[in-house]
Amino acid sequence: MCMTCGCGHDEAHVEGAEHSHPHADGAAHSHAHGAADPGWHTHADGTTHRHAVVPAHAHAHEHQAHEHEHAHDHDHDHEHRGDLHFGHGPAGAAAPGMTQARMVRVERDILAVNDAIAQRNRGWLEKRGIFALNLVSSPGSGKTTLLVRTIERLAGLLPVAVIEGDQQTTFDAERIRATGAPALQINTGKGCHLDAAMVETALHRLAPADDSVLMIENVGNLVCPAGFDLGEAHKVVVLSVTEGEDKPLKYPDMFHAAALMLLNKVDLLPHLSFDVERCVANARRVHPAIEIIEISATSGEGMGDWLRWIERGAHAARERRLEREKALAQAGRLDVLERAARATDSGARERAAGG
Amino acid sequence: MHEMALAEGVREIVDETARSSGAGRVAAVRLEIGRLAQVEIEALRFAFDVVKRGSLADSARLEIVEVDGTAWCMCCCEPVVIAGHGEACPKCAHYQLQVTGGDRMRVLEIEIE
Repeated sequence: MCMTCGCGHDEAHVEGAEHSHPHADGAAHSHAHGAADPGWHTHADGTTHRHAVVPAHAHAHEHQAHEHEHAHDHDHDHEHRGDLHFGHGPAGAAAPGMTQARMVRVERDILAVNDAIAQRNRGWLEKRGIFALNLVSSPGSGKTTLLVRTIERLAGLLPVAVIEGDQQTTFDAERIRATGAPALQINTGKGCHLDAAMVETALHRLAPADDSVLMIENVGNLVCPAGFDLGEAHKVVVLSVTEGEDKPLKYPDMFHAAALMLLNKVDLLPHLSFDVERCVANARRVHPAIEIIEISATSGEGMGDWLRWIERGAHAARERRLEREKALAQAGRLDVLERAARATDSGARERAAGG
Repeated sequence: MHEMALAEGVREIVDETARSSGAGRVAAVRLEIGRLAQVEIEALRFAFDVVKRGSLADSARLEIVEVDGTAWCMCCCEPVVIAGHGEACPKCAHYQLQVTGGDRMRVLEIEIE
């Protein structure tokens, strides 16, 4: 029950009844309920609350700057048709000839543009059987060294191409190119993460081979890249044992988004007080299904597991490409047969008509 | 500071909607931000104040509706509300949770004049 306006659980409202309440202090009070996620609303004073509403109900709700207690918990029973309500603008009522604000429902994901490009990238990669990984970590976790060793070990087994993301410099791409693998540097300037559009541009320029592995080394940052889909098959988070075992809890979003955690630099464990078990437990707490490989690019420990993990993914990507092409070829043959059958039919009809 | 990129996304959606609605200016922008959406609300407010300059939303006020994170607890076999990734189930204190909602960011509506 709204203590201010008196609209309550059992109060029925009928369509057309204005749901706007002038208060003693002269402030207008109207409501907005989005049909897609009804009930939530925030007031100018920052109060956010929710009330259950009937679907297909939308009307504007807003408090002008005024102070009052909110104890809203009202179910609205009134039937609106989801149309725009001109009577719920700042003026509280529609007056002919007067302009007043109106609400336009948008309901669009803020990341919709990025997500659409990411899906396009995913389709592009899948069509070519390319297994793409988005490597994320803090700066200094040893991503680039790990990548260099990985490429060296995969030489002759799997072609690898690399997209390197950094704010500045082409140092990392140069290190990768020194291994003989194609690499392209993206400098984000002030940007703290790669986005799908940057990767799309890089993909077309780099043109990785069919059935290859694409490593996208994101900007060193455990926060921002988590929310930006690039079109990869998986995010892989690299955490080094010099960083502390609490990082999965400090940056939970990234560990939640990653399919695999590489616990790097384990060759240094004898010199540190790093608790591997606790780190693993923390990662699983944030993401119960996360896979974890303990690894050292320096000593080579765990490299076999990591390479097998990549090979499995690359194999699956190649299989999916072949299946897809088979299905397309099949569809193409059927199409040819069907066209031939139609041609035969129409030829027969023409002969029958001519005869 | 990926909030700057998000704010630019908001401005684009708002500008596009306002223009196609024939608006002279945008008075208010209402966003829905899930508590699991990896957004620092204050940083987003700051970023939006910067990127809105010169757009139809130049003087728009920003209203943010926060939505609880929800997850399916595999131990309790029921939906629960969680404050963030890595939080325990409020009922059984286990971490076997599958996020089901509260991880989105949307522009809900805009108020135009």
